[in-house]
Amino acid sequence: MNRGLHIAVRLPRPGFALSVGLDLPDQGICVVFGPSGSGKTTLLRCVAGLESAARGIVRIGGAVWQDDRAGIRLPVWQRDLGYVFQEASLFEHLDVRGNLEYGLRRTRRNDGEAGLMAAVKLLGIESLMTRPVHTLSGGERQRVAIARALATQPRLLLLDEPMASLDLARRQEIMPWLERMRDELRIPMLYVTHSTDEAARLADHLVVLDAGQVRAQGAPAEVLASVESPVMAGGDAGTLVHARIVERDADWHLIRAEFPGGSFWIGDGGQPIGTQVRLRILARDVSLQLQEPTQTSIQNHAQAMVESIGEGPHPSQAQVRLRCGGVPLLALVTKRAVNELQLSPRRPVWVQVKTVALIP
Amino acid sequence: MAIPLSHESLQAVGLTLKLAASTTALLLVVATPLAWWLSQTTSRWRAPIGALVTLPLVLPPTVLGFYLLVALGPQGPLGQFTQAMGWGVLSFTFTGLLIGSIIFSLPFAVQPIQHAFEAIGKRPMEVAATLRARPLDAFFTVALPLARPGIVTAAILSFAHTVGEFGVVLMIGGNIPGKTRVVSTQIYGHVEAMEYAQAHWLAAGMLLFSFAVLLGLALMKRRMDRILA
Repeated sequence: MNRGLHIAVRLPRPGFALSVGLDLPDQGICVVFGPSGSGKTTLLRCVAGLESAARGIVRIGGAVWQDDRAGIRLPVWQRDLGYVFQEASLFEHLDVRGNLEYGLRRTRRNDGEAGLMAAVKLLGIESLMTRPVHTLSGGERQRVAIARALATQPRLLLLDEPMASLDLARRQEIMPWLERMRDELRIPMLYVTHSTDEAARLADHLVVLDAGQVRAQGAPAEVLASVESPVMAGGDAGTLVHARIVERDADWHLIRAEFPGGSFWIGDGGQPIGTQVRLRILARDVSLQLQEPTQTSIQNHAQAMVESIGEGPHPSQAQVRLRCGGVPLLALVTKRAVNELQLSPRRPVWVQVKTVALIP
Repeated sequence: MAIPLSHESLQAVGLTLKLAASTTALLLVVATPLAWWLSQTTSRWRAPIGALVTLPLVLPPTVLGFYLLVALGPQGPLGQFTQAMGWGVLSFTFTGLLIGSIIFSLPFAVQPIQHAFEAIGKRPMEVAATLRARPLDAFFTVALPLARPGIVTAAILSFAHTVGEFGVVLMIGGNIPGKTRVVSTQIYGHVEAMEYAQAHWLAAGMLLFSFAVLLGLALMKRRMDRILA
């Protein structure tokens, strides 16, 4: 664990106390998920050293940034990190290159220019270098802000809802760059969001924060499916399924994605056979039947076992947690249906899935 | 057409410009750190210090001039100090006038800069810190450039306000030709001596100058807004 990130911080605030302990591997995106006011941003600020009242331990690899018992507390500018704020917060008095070089010039690296160019290429902003920042679009600004944080070649990247200030189109413009970072960067990243969609697409590790405490953490598929975490019980509740493309039906523009509990047909997005994909299945798109469904417009069904039944977002609704092979699924159904089908733990059922979203 | 101003009047114009330029330069050095402190601090001294800085805005210049005269005089605490240092008594000198001008125009320099720093907010300084900049480094490379419109406004207002001051000048400068007699006191002198033509020239010059300054400021603000929008 010496190479990873170790965080144990406490920050008392009036009417609220952040208390978080996390151990994370030395690379990949850890999504910190939770409703607003749950302390996500505060957690990032504590790690960065921006909250002077925070106490505890922040350690990355062999470097100790903070250990208040040992009297160690590095100021922000001595912590080897990159921080992307919610609004891009570019320096308006500098052009894009000036922004990118600001941090770089303050690190004493010999390979600085190479690091800068790598960040520029990774975020695809080569053509923006000489532009004044006030001429950039929202999506471009945020990409420059991310590249600026990466240009110093930090040991840790902190991203605070980098897409919250963008509209849907701009988000879709940025998402591929973030996925590329997840796949190519060899540093740990803490990514704060309250969007289940971003969490599902980006997370290697998922932490659910509520009222300053860690409510759940672990593999995204498991955490997203846990009925116990109430933040997941909204209309966005759903699960993640890791699958592989195994077959293509060219006549009907469909591809088949196989996972341990079965397989689903989905719209052909041009992925080659053998590609690993993530399928996002919302609880409200899953229906349950006792017999194998036939003669229905819904093409995708699989056999599963009821694991537990919890409360849904409305008093009439129940959220049913299922196992389909080894894979957890959620179904949002009415309590009357639970009663009529006599659903209870360990009961075998058929699940029908109306919509399967494929995410790269 | 020959220049319609007397030698004395020209001397007063020159002295006014010298006083305004020196006051502005020194004020920026004094006001910038003070404005930064006022914009950032949560200290309980913030309100009293802020009020003290604003005081010259509401105080009659004669009151301020009177206290300065007493303080700088041979028996005053500042006068004792300057004599002990071997600088002599500063009342009725250009240096004394300069000190008075700086204090009198302090709010005109501090307030625009303070507002500019407050408008920037804490975020750019936090960003700079996460990009390895120490606080002083971040102040000079981020806060100051971003506050530039406020600093320019402060400089222009300080200059114009110093050119226009009268009461403080009369109290601590006396009205010594070539040493402490500036345009405003020169006009007063001309009027007292019934030299209305001379007074007209200087007064009209002041009027045009002040109007040009305010117009220039307004135009600059509009351009800044357009850039930021």
